[in-house]
Amino acid sequence: MALTETAALPAVPAARRARLNAFGSVGLGAAGLLAFLLIWQAVPSLGLVNPMMLPGPLAIPSAFQSEVASGMWLTAVTGSLSHYTLGLVAGSALGIALGVLTGMSRVAEDLTAWVVRVLRPIPGLAWAPFAIIWFGVTPSAAVFIITISVFWIVFFAAHGAVRAVDRDLLEVAEAFGFRAAHEKLLKIYLPAAMPGILVGLRTALGQAWMAVVAAEIFGVPGLGHRMIEASALLATDIVIVYMLTMAALYGLLDSLFLLAQNWLLRWKA
Amino acid sequence: MESVIDSVVDIRGLGLTFEREGRRTEVLRGLDLAIPRGAFVAIVGASGVGKSTLLRVLIGLAQASAGKVTLDTHSAQRQPVALVFQDSRLLPWRRVIDNVAFGLEGRGLSRRDRHAKALEALGIVGLAHLARRWPHQLSGGQRQRVALARALAVEPEVLLMDEPFSALDAISRESLQDELTRIWQMTGKTILFVTHDIEEATYLADRVVVLAGAPGRTVADHAIDTPRPRRRDDDTDAAIVADIRCHLGASKGGTLAEAA
Repeated sequence: MALTETAALPAVPAARRARLNAFGSVGLGAAGLLAFLLIWQAVPSLGLVNPMMLPGPLAIPSAFQSEVASGMWLTAVTGSLSHYTLGLVAGSALGIALGVLTGMSRVAEDLTAWVVRVLRPIPGLAWAPFAIIWFGVTPSAAVFIITISVFWIVFFAAHGAVRAVDRDLLEVAEAFGFRAAHEKLLKIYLPAAMPGILVGLRTALGQAWMAVVAAEIFGVPGLGHRMIEASALLATDIVIVYMLTMAALYGLLDSLFLLAQNWLLRWKA
Repeated sequence: MESVIDSVVDIRGLGLTFEREGRRTEVLRGLDLAIPRGAFVAIVGASGVGKSTLLRVLIGLAQASAGKVTLDTHSAQRQPVALVFQDSRLLPWRRVIDNVAFGLEGRGLSRRDRHAKALEALGIVGLAHLARRWPHQLSGGQRQRVALARALAVEPEVLLMDEPFSALDAISRESLQDELTRIWQMTGKTILFVTHDIEEATYLADRVVVLAGAPGRTVADHAIDTPRPRRRDDDTDAAIVADIRCHLGASKGGTLAEAA
């Protein structure tokens, strides 16, 4: 009790300072964003650049409205989100499974070491030719490319996190009679590696969006495809609508992920 | 001391040799030790003499290379022995209650029953009110109490303790020593307590076994008859303390010479 009280004493002014800082940061952030929008609008408005080449922010809401009204926006977003989700889930599941396996088993690690060394440097997008040959220009092809991009990130994160699990905690499991691999996996490896795995998943969350756009540029319906269609018609305002859509979706998903992560890691100091 | 031998732990000719990167290190050789049921036995010795290794053999974390260890436990328990580590080694992602319930998992008990037993064990160490805390919210002494509760929760017949209080500050250490004495008297568990602190050994135990040399072996075995409750300033066992100190000091040169 006495300990917590003394520890709490300096926390009050610190918290106040943090709140002031947070307010200051929010204010500065808003000011910066406003300046950015003003400059962006000024460039086409002052005739520095043809508005066809770069529409100002004021042109975006009406473009957005017409995309939504035509139903194109929702189709593109749901298409992309489904590629994104499937690829993310498949890549993460495979990455965690293989990462944990190679992290726990020396044999599995040695067995895969050279294969990993050969395949790892190949970017997910370099699999596009095979994706199209195997799946055609279908959602499966996009999912395949996204899965590969996500896989490597999560695989290395999970592998590293499992390798770094504290041996002392594994001994605790053994000392209490949990000696089977599945017992150690569930009781020690997975929870202990969770912070590291989550870092990988969060990186993958961002990387997967890049893969979505890239995969869809080859013609699979979704945000990326719609952007390419619009740019072919020089509908640059629509291109920007989708760029901002992506940013918004990413921001939303990342925030949700952070909420989940904070809950999962609520045991951390 | 005890004429009727009802040993719960019987160690005969225990030897242990580590092999690491082609180098063989003999840690223990020809160790004999019989622990009577319900006894509080302290094992003292310098660091590296194989005290912890002995406990690791008993709990199954290390394999003996020679000799025999017999655990004559009455109950058909999955876990007749439990170990308290020097550093509490609580699982940081589990609340206190779930740390204490850890060893009860996989026994076909419902979560509710596990928690009830864990809460009971937490009560014994006086921390039932901290059940919902996370380990990082506890002090060092509290963490070690929780580790003790985790070991007690599995209802072991033999409680192994590996320098459990050596990392604590003096005040927490003394209060935990008294707590442990009370728990021992209350539960009647057999306790095998490893320490390098001679005063701690003679204050707590009713028998002190001295390990020395490389490889480690028993060099002295003293009964401590001081009646309980004991006082820290009591010096009735001064002769024993002096003898243990002498054994540890005398073997020190030997340890260094043989290790070199």
